[in-house]
Amino acid sequence: MQNNVLDYLDETVRRLPDKTAFSDGESSYTFSELYGSIRSAATYILKAGLKREAVLVFMKRSPATVAAFFSVIAAGCYYVPIDEEMPAARIRLIAENVKARLCICDEDSFDKAEGFAAGAERVIFSEIEKTAEDAAALDRVRDEAIDTDPLYIVFTSGSTGVPKGVIACHRSVIEYIEQLSETLGFSEDTVFANQSPLYFDACLKELYPVIKFGATAYITPKELFMYPVKLVEYLNLHRVNTVCWVVSALTMISAFGTFDTVRPEYLRTVAFGSEVFPMKQFKLWRDALPAAAFTNLYGPTECTGMSCFFHVDRELADDEPIPIGRPFKNTRILLLDENGREAEEGEICITGTCVTLGYYNNPVKTEEAFVQNPLNSAWRETVYRTGDMGRRNSRGELVFVSRKDYQIKHMGHRIELGEIEANVNESEGIRLCGCVYHKEKERIVLYYTGDVEKAALLSELKEKLPRYMLPNHMERLEEMPFTPNGKIDRVRLLKMYEELLASKKR
Amino acid sequence: MDEIKSVLREVLLELHPDVDPDTETALADKKIIDSFDIVTIIARIDEEFDVAVTADKIIPANFNSIDALAALVSSLMDED
Repeated sequence: MQNNVLDYLDETVRRLPDKTAFSDGESSYTFSELYGSIRSAATYILKAGLKREAVLVFMKRSPATVAAFFSVIAAGCYYVPIDEEMPAARIRLIAENVKARLCICDEDSFDKAEGFAAGAERVIFSEIEKTAEDAAALDRVRDEAIDTDPLYIVFTSGSTGVPKGVIACHRSVIEYIEQLSETLGFSEDTVFANQSPLYFDACLKELYPVIKFGATAYITPKELFMYPVKLVEYLNLHRVNTVCWVVSALTMISAFGTFDTVRPEYLRTVAFGSEVFPMKQFKLWRDALPAAAFTNLYGPTECTGMSCFFHVDRELADDEPIPIGRPFKNTRILLLDENGREAEEGEICITGTCVTLGYYNNPVKTEEAFVQNPLNSAWRETVYRTGDMGRRNSRGELVFVSRKDYQIKHMGHRIELGEIEANVNESEGIRLCGCVYHKEKERIVLYYTGDVEKAALLSELKEKLPRYMLPNHMERLEEMPFTPNGKIDRVRLLKMYEELLASKKR
Repeated sequence: MDEIKSVLREVLLELHPDVDPDTETALADKKIIDSFDIVTIIARIDEEFDVAVTADKIIPANFNSIDALAALVSSLMDED
């Protein structure tokens, strides 16, 4: 039975040695090149005396980064990706948290790594991938490995400002890849265009199905996501048939009328997630690609990638959010109220093999979020509390309601800020919006982007929302601030309002 | 044209105060501007000149310099 993610590659390299596994259009690895590179670099890591410990990977987005991840795994260690896009202060916090003894760099990042990887040996991947392979030593590592050994740590932002490192094991990732592949119909013919940064768990969707099936992934250069026509041409050039992207990457294409000029000719599977897909933009996509399958994915990093899916296979009303559907096979979702009882609408709690090992070197935060199933006192059963509120619709499909922490009490009323946002999003001309609550001033503050005047928007909202839910302050922005995960940065929005208040005092 | 350029100069300076908008000719090619900047520039062009930059015009060549941007805006205004 498979107990290591690299078992996938061992099979595939025998079957398809000369097929391209990962490419960015410039550099690439075939499966046999990938296999050789991994075994060599892993030998270096073993010889350096590392065993079942964290290894930093600090390389620019490229196929070599993927090879570096896999070589860390082949050495029985777990990788911790960091990226120059991350602010230096954040990288330092990560390095302090994991205390790695080795940092794998590329030529460009080698000098930069000196600042934070003080205690770690720095090596350049293109050099260590030339190490002579020690097959016996590598086989021994694999023989001793178990599937609850860690595979990676990826860092998510913590509400307090200190990033939390989510650590996942082989078993969880194998489970995820099997279920995701079945759900989205991946195969040897799948050609991915990867969009997500390699330092998030979102890239699992491409990395592991590629080695499982012998598929191909194009690590799409980041700057292409600035130029919608070039991006679609890139998809066509490489005959990309599958994308698993954040919603904002998809709307960058649809919002500027790209489909009037060029369409993705080969695309047949479009999966998206991490945020609500504005129905207007979704319909542009569906009209452009009537034969493609569209799937909404939902899930927290703490449960290894994605946990729920919804195939958009029916007409949805303009004001109907795309459901998150149902959990993947072998994953269970509980909706729990504040007393830990099952409820019609409640906090989405997840249990199953997908639940990760917790937050690295952070028992306090781990205990808060990874808890005993309150419905069960007979044996240890861990559930992850997402902090997301969900409900089931009349069809029994799960629907995301809002973040638990965006629920407010205002003028004696219980209000979901998500509900206000959903209503604003329905308005013609709105591109994005974010609602925050200023507790001291007791004000609901709305920021939005799009082509609509404040006065017109407010009069429209008055028709949809009770008086007490109307924003007390509205501001149109040129651009919405985003977190590194690509979600609307509500912490920043609140800060902007505080700055505005402060400036008025003067 | 001078009026267009003065608005664009202001926008570019807001985004990148450290780059001289009148001499830099590779804003896109050198990756000085990122996707957020592009979206901002397009939004400001829409606001200030009431013209929509469509996807076929969102190419690096049109964003490399203030002259290229001004030519883009002026051609879009002529189309109206």
